[in-house]
Amino acid sequence: MTELRRPDETGVPDAKNYMHPALVKNYGKWAWHDRPRPGVLHHVADNGDQVWTVKAGTQRQMDVFTIRALCDIADEFCDGYVRFTMRSSVEFMVFDEKRVEPLIKRLEGEGYPVGGTGNSVGFISHTQGWLHCDIPGTDASGVVKSLMDELADEFRNEDMPNRVKITTSCCQINCGGQGDIAVNIQHTKPPIINHDLVAGVCERPAVIARCPVAAIRPALVNGKPTLEVDEKKCVCCGACYPPCPPMQINDPVNSKIAIWVGGKHSSTRSKPMFHKLVAAGLPNNAPRWPEVGAVVKSILAAYKKDARPWERMGEWIERIGWPRFFELTNLPFTKYHVDTWRGSRSNLNASAHLHF
Amino acid sequence: MSKKMPETPLLDQLESGPWPSFVKGLKRLATAEGKPYANIMKSLLGQLEHSYETRKGYWKGGTVGVFGYGAGVIPRFSEVADKYSESSEFHTIRIMPPPGFFYDTKTLRRFCEIWEEHGSGLIALHGQSGDIMFQGCRTDQVQPAWDKMNEMGFDMGGAGAGVRTSAACVGPARCEQSCFDTLRLHKDIINDFTDDIHRPSLPYKMKFKFSGCANDCSNATQRADMAVLGTWRDDMQVNQDEVKKKVAELGRKEFINQVVRMCPSQALALNDDDTLDVDNKSCVRCMHCINVCTKALKPGKDRGICILAGGKRTLKIGDLFGTVILPFKKLETDEDYAEVVDLAHRVLDFFAENALEHERMGEMIERIGLVNFLEGVELDLDPNMVTRPRTNPYVRTDGWDEEVRKWNERKASAAE
Repeated sequence: MTELRRPDETGVPDAKNYMHPALVKNYGKWAWHDRPRPGVLHHVADNGDQVWTVKAGTQRQMDVFTIRALCDIADEFCDGYVRFTMRSSVEFMVFDEKRVEPLIKRLEGEGYPVGGTGNSVGFISHTQGWLHCDIPGTDASGVVKSLMDELADEFRNEDMPNRVKITTSCCQINCGGQGDIAVNIQHTKPPIINHDLVAGVCERPAVIARCPVAAIRPALVNGKPTLEVDEKKCVCCGACYPPCPPMQINDPVNSKIAIWVGGKHSSTRSKPMFHKLVAAGLPNNAPRWPEVGAVVKSILAAYKKDARPWERMGEWIERIGWPRFFELTNLPFTKYHVDTWRGSRSNLNASAHLHF
Repeated sequence: MSKKMPETPLLDQLESGPWPSFVKGLKRLATAEGKPYANIMKSLLGQLEHSYETRKGYWKGGTVGVFGYGAGVIPRFSEVADKYSESSEFHTIRIMPPPGFFYDTKTLRRFCEIWEEHGSGLIALHGQSGDIMFQGCRTDQVQPAWDKMNEMGFDMGGAGAGVRTSAACVGPARCEQSCFDTLRLHKDIINDFTDDIHRPSLPYKMKFKFSGCANDCSNATQRADMAVLGTWRDDMQVNQDEVKKKVAELGRKEFINQVVRMCPSQALALNDDDTLDVDNKSCVRCMHCINVCTKALKPGKDRGICILAGGKRTLKIGDLFGTVILPFKKLETDEDYAEVVDLAHRVLDFFAENALEHERMGEMIERIGLVNFLEGVELDLDPNMVTRPRTNPYVRTDGWDEEVRKWNERKASAAE
């Protein structure tokens, strides 16, 4: 047997080794930027050097043929350099304005929508889902593809009041993170436990400790040590499922989809915000999830029509108030919208400020 | 021998439409002539269609790794391998990209070659933490694939209860608003923590992220245990001629609506001559007016970072924002960068020693209190760390005089 190779523990490489020389030359010397058209950024350096960035959407889960097609474009237009964004869009940078239009034509011609800049709907932050995750309630790739098919023109244009960041998550751990709109699995029934397997598969004290509402306790079933769930306490979050797969939380009917709105990371204008629950109980309706698309589009339409320039989704709702939000989107307001978790009173209206 | 393509009537519906289709990509791989992965991907398509039919996932974890490391490979074994045997092992190798996700095509093409030889041909650019995710590898192919990637100068990403792969915004490479070298600090910090990335032994995961300004393009604030955001201390840079042009472009009313009224701390006013009046003492460096007037306004010149700690999502106690633990630090010299790396080590060491099993940084800080955390990592208290002082009297204050003495001492030494 040949000896195993020891890893070179090098960490991340220097980004400058993978950057166009013109970017290295102007590193830290950019003066200003503008956006000549949707999908294009134009940066100008102190010395007058200019770079145009053309941004396009991808499917994130890329086959080697797609990556090579993107490389061919980068070789032809960008001297063999390319960059990706946090949200899996691809950025091609050119240093000659004349290359911008042919590059856009080439990208659109090969099926990569050009956009995602400024006040547009960006690509949806994307988790793994049925394709690769071990605990998914749905398939991120399919949900994202279905939504982006409907929102492609909002990606291509800058017609929104401010940028819209949509996220998806295939369970309540919420790997997709905060979003102006978040499309997340919401389980509605406690886990179904295979008592024959728990003792062999699960480290029971760790599973008990994982539960946020202390609903799990040790039990004996048919003489075997196992775990049981106090179903009155259980909030169906699924936290016990990853450390204990015999506590199956995913269910083809009872794992529903919920929509949350108004989350934001940036400290721009308002402080960062968490997204807030607005709709739940939507079916996990593969392969196109039409019910989810309908709610997302109705929220986006109300925001686009009613928000003032530069208001993010959450800022718009804070101005117009929740009664008006539910009225404009025609979504029902239920007891499930009223927070019951720790700190919940800070989400109640402690004032005489009322909207009519 | 070439396997038959599975029937995938549900997935087929995801081939149409204007957005690039991942299903088309999977099928391109499944039908690639003479490629070793074609049968794997036919099998994978079969299992994925089965998930779409039954609305359930069929992967389970396990233990797969490479020699010398304890993390970075995400094992996936199929629970329905009897029906979809060629994709019964479909592991992911996480590789850390260059900070800022910059590539030359030679590198990407080499990755494609390696993944055609040893994997499935399916690569996600990128995962939510910022990894290149090489998806779909048999157990026996993990080590040879990894050896070749490592020989290219790339290293494995994090997984499990360790330091995770990091992410930075585009930074000074192509943004005039970036208040520090995000790509450098990303590299400096992560490359000093490779042991904690590759041999996870922390209470739970630990994430660093880097954004050059309050716009937070790397989504650090609510995702990173330690979020580093750029800011500045002196006055914002204003080009009044460009302000006048912007006022002319938008009109006075819209300039006031879109710039002045949107300022969260009411630090702006439009002068009678269409120049901008900035109250820099009230400005909170939120970036809004700079985002709207990209030619006229810029961050100041006395730039540096602020650090927020404890951001995370739901599990276990609910969502937490990162909160300020360091309001400002200049970041110019090699020593400045080294001091931040040193602070990151103090934060990680304190977390490793004090967090409970499966407790994130933010949960630990909430449990022990910010003041104890600050003492543990040797950071000074600052009023920028609170939205408002406490609003209840349930606190024992018999150490008051001593705390006042410390505050006065700090003020005096800062004034020197």
